[in-house]
Order: sequence, then C-alpha cells, then structure tokens
Amino acid sequence: MAARVGVVVFPGTNCEHDVAAALALVGATPELLWHGLRDLGGVDAVVVPGGFAHGDYLRPGALARFSPVMGAVARFAADGGPVVGICNGFQVLTEAGLLPGALQKNRGLRFMCVPSVVTVTSSRSVLTSGLEVGTELVLPLNNFDGSYVCAPETLEELVAEDRVVLRYRDNPNGSLDDIAGICNRGANVVGLMPHPERASSELLGSVDGLVLLRSLLSLPVA
Amino acid sequence: MRFAARVEVRLRPGIADPESATIERALPALGFDDVGKLATGRSFRFEIEAESEARARERAEALATRLLANPVMEDAAVSVSPVESP
Repeated sequence: MAARVGVVVFPGTNCEHDVAAALALVGATPELLWHGLRDLGGVDAVVVPGGFAHGDYLRPGALARFSPVMGAVARFAADGGPVVGICNGFQVLTEAGLLPGALQKNRGLRFMCVPSVVTVTSSRSVLTSGLEVGTELVLPLNNFDGSYVCAPETLEELVAEDRVVLRYRDNPNGSLDDIAGICNRGANVVGLMPHPERASSELLGSVDGLVLLRSLLSLPVA
Repeated sequence: MRFAARVEVRLRPGIADPESATIERALPALGFDDVGKLATGRSFRFEIEAESEARARERAEALATRLLANPVMEDAAVSVSPVESP
C-alpha cells in the first residue's frame, strides 16, 4: 500500500502542491493537512512545506508553531514519526523547538533563488538514509532567511551526534559550518533549506530531490 | 492593577542585520557621516492585568522570550510601569 504523507498547509504556505506532486512521483499518496486540524489522520510521514506561513509575521515560523496542527506534529515526531521541514517548514520546526538553532538573513542581504550543490554528510536521518555520505545533490534554494545559526554548544552537539545531514558545497548564504540541513536526536525530524520537490524532473534541471523523498518513504533509491 | 509593558527586541551581536547595514550605508550620502553603530529592532507595547509590578514584569518577560523574541538570534529588553488611572 502506498505510504500516506501529510503535507501541512498554513495560511501563506505556497509549496504544498509542488511537494504533493513530487511525493506522488515517488509513489506516495499525499494528503494536504490544513493547519487548524488537531489530528494527522494516521499518515505515515509529515512534510512541512515552504512558503510564508502566517505571512512570516513577527519572524518566519514564529506564529505557525501555535497552529493546532503543530501539537499533533510534535506528538507524531515524539513517537518517532518521520517529519521533514523544507525551507519555511525548516524555520517552523526550529521555532517549534523540534529542531535546534534558527535561520537568519542570508549573507549578502539577498533573497536567493538559485540551484545549490549540497553534500550528504550523514545517512542517519530519515531523509538521507538511502544515500551514501559524500553524495552531491543539486537542489534549488529559494529564501531570504536561509542562513543557519545556532549557539556554539549546539553546533558541537550536532556535529558530535552526526546530525548535520546536508552541507552546502559553496555555502551561498553564510550558514554556520555550511549547514543546509539537520536532524533531531532521533533522526526522524529533518529540516533543510533547499527544496527537494523542485528537483523532481529533468525539465526542472535536476531529479536529485526524488532520491531524498524515496529515502523518506524508505523506498530503494533508483 | 494594570501595567503598561514595552518590549524591545534587537538582534544579538554577530547576527546579520541587513536593514541596519543598508540604512547605515545610506547615511554618508545624506551628510550623516558622523553616525555609526546603527541598530534596528522592534518595539512591542501591551498592557497586563497583574496583582503586582513584579508579576507583570514576569509575565511580560515570559511573553518576550516565548514569542516576541527568538533567543537564538535576538535579545529582549522589557520595561513595565503602572498605568495611571484616569
């Protein structure tokens, strides 16, 4: 049976259909989950997609964490359920305390919409379990607040516990330690700034995002 | 009693502050080359019902650290004063 993947939709989310389409390409059944829901309806995994949840008012992700659905996402994550936050979704997961650190404005003060080369630096996480460490992927970046930052002791912990899952080859936004994506201790919650769903077709210039989504669904990586 | 609270949220040192950097770069063109170390922030004002000023401050600080500021990147300065009865 196809895996059912919940795709969380806040007011202002704008990547939910792209994520749903990419999930369908790897054989999953995507289900959009409105942010007012208190129950995830028994999905097998959750993706928090990109956009501008709640208009990014206050800070990206700051208000989204109070949406009713986030309580359910936190419980799902605590039970070991796979949760992936992409771009704004990563910001939401850090604000919700499901992942450490924060995303600050890009170095160079620019909104970035560029392909980035990222290297898989850990295969522990649900999103990278099917990939070899050292694999390079081309994934688009599309954000203003994309530069990862955290306290020095948090960084030490992330590195020591093998929780940095993706690093930029050329670090276009000034992220601490070239970090493009991290996971929680259980390796079931992953946040990343680049958009795997936008690298889901040769027509888009890359299909590298699909290997990550296949990992999430524990499918053999083609 | 009602208390008026003000919370000023500023980026912590070392966190990129593009808005301030951009304003600062514009200053010399306006003849303000004597101005430096510009910092922007946000100011929040609200009122709190509490039995004492200490309690009002505690509540305002909790709101500041739990929502108004992200402690990873921002500092919050909180001030509280009684609202004068009309």
